[in-house]
Amino acid sequence: MRNHVVRVAAAQGFYGDSPEAAMAVAQEGNIDYLSFDALSELTLAILAKDQAKNSRMGYTKDLVPTMRSLLPLARRHGFKLLTNAGGINPEAAMNAVWETASQLGLKGMKIAVVTGDDVRSRISDFMEQGILGEDLEDGTPFSTIRQNLLFANVYLGSWPLVQALRMGADVVISGRTTDSAQFMAPLLYEFEWPSDDWSRLSQGVMMGHLLECSAQSTGGNFSGNWWDVPNMDEIGYPIAEVAENGAFVVTKSPQRGGLVTQDTIKEQMLYEIHDPRAYITPDVICDFTTAQIRDLGADHVEITGTTGRPAPNALKMVAGYTAGYMGQALIGYCWPDALKKAEKAASLIQSQIARRQWHYDEIDYAYLGWNSLGGPGVPRPGEELDEVYLRVSVRAKTSEDAAKLGRLFPPLSLDGPPGMGGGAGMQAPRQLLGMWSGLVPRTLVEPHVKVRIEEVE
Amino acid sequence: MIEWPLRNFCQARSGDKGNTVNVAVFAPDDVLYDILVRELTADRVKNHFGNWVKGPARRYEVPNLRALNFVLQGALDGGGSRSIRIDNLGKCFGPAILRLTVPIPEKVAQRYKGGPYHEFGGIH
Repeated sequence: MRNHVVRVAAAQGFYGDSPEAAMAVAQEGNIDYLSFDALSELTLAILAKDQAKNSRMGYTKDLVPTMRSLLPLARRHGFKLLTNAGGINPEAAMNAVWETASQLGLKGMKIAVVTGDDVRSRISDFMEQGILGEDLEDGTPFSTIRQNLLFANVYLGSWPLVQALRMGADVVISGRTTDSAQFMAPLLYEFEWPSDDWSRLSQGVMMGHLLECSAQSTGGNFSGNWWDVPNMDEIGYPIAEVAENGAFVVTKSPQRGGLVTQDTIKEQMLYEIHDPRAYITPDVICDFTTAQIRDLGADHVEITGTTGRPAPNALKMVAGYTAGYMGQALIGYCWPDALKKAEKAASLIQSQIARRQWHYDEIDYAYLGWNSLGGPGVPRPGEELDEVYLRVSVRAKTSEDAAKLGRLFPPLSLDGPPGMGGGAGMQAPRQLLGMWSGLVPRTLVEPHVKVRIEEVE
Repeated sequence: MIEWPLRNFCQARSGDKGNTVNVAVFAPDDVLYDILVRELTADRVKNHFGNWVKGPARRYEVPNLRALNFVLQGALDGGGSRSIRIDNLGKCFGPAILRLTVPIPEKVAQRYKGGPYHEFGGIH
């Protein structure tokens, strides 16, 4: 008989998240699995740039230090780790973790790596077969972005991770999988759910979805009474206690801050969801509208009832490509007439760009303190603002064109409206990346998915 | 009836996928959920964001969470890694939607005065 309840803890919601919460639950040791979601569309782009500079990089730089802290605790308490921090180079990530474990003297620990999500080398193949047509969102033909391609990854599901666990892995490293797969795979392994048990699989996806963004289920980025969230400075990440029938409770370490209520959970339930009746994953298509949430009190919330239907025949591919550069500058104006001064400065910049015949694909003027975050729906302030920052950003074809923008700003301190301070001014140009998404038949991907495992010496 | 901004009684969270932003708005009870279903159309939400939303807007009803989920295409200036906006990931679309107002029966409004949102200056 397998474990009655499997405890899966969230360790990371993105590349850059705090390792503190993971360390705390690892030290407490009352978990079976610790799962990381290190990847976003943006992260793959960052890692692709890292790899372009150094072919041995391309995985997250926090992987090794994090594993150095966690692996001894994993051995002591017997929990396993799953992470997609392998990013664009999971093999190199695996070697680095293996080395780390070896240095720590963790003989016999088994490290597995899942590959096959990275399809850069197969793009020509795919194109010949006519499967990379137009972008799912805006119809951009793949052929128009191909020469600027930085990476191309297919979202894998849970089963390759399950295979790694079945091979005895203590640590599973992968590249692009669905975020929820890192959390769901332990359930498929422990409970041996059949691959067509769509309801339990959907409960598993739901659990993963609620854990994959770390504190977003436990009181972080919470739009309800966020001011009542206890000890936000040491917020705990979610832990799921899952039963064999798929019902699960989300909670957190009692030693950490945060809040788990029906209200914090439901916000995450629809985070980055489109049609809630058809949340498509490689393993199952879920219907979130059948889910029931029950607040059990004391930071325990139960979720049951998610249903689903058969997995799709195609997997999603996301390809990142270079798409020009952003230049930006920021300057502040003080009371009185702060907003009017900032608007005057914007009009001066506009005229100067026009007179110099600089061509940008887009120029954006935003006023911090008024509408930079809220956009066109924010009415003009009724009361006079005490200070306003003007931010100008441009979309340019080259880094040089993007950089030019900044030079227009320092002279404004003497040549423009009065009371310019906080001249954060010029900022280095940043490369912009487009994302192209399309569908690839799973029969073209899955035969290439490989799991390799090595024992630490 | 009084016109109330959603901030007085709703939760909202937004997220990005490519160049699409979704905004989920949550009502605290069935009466207010029905009001949202009636009043908060996809067009209203799209129009609130003006030229920030270039594609179509779609609305999904999620009655088990008393939520409406708005999916706004072409909303992110090309997407998180391509946008030149400060909020390149669209995190502020959720809060922004809470400016919209809907008519609330006085009796219902009374229930929320002095409630959790009152304390932080939401309800006047």
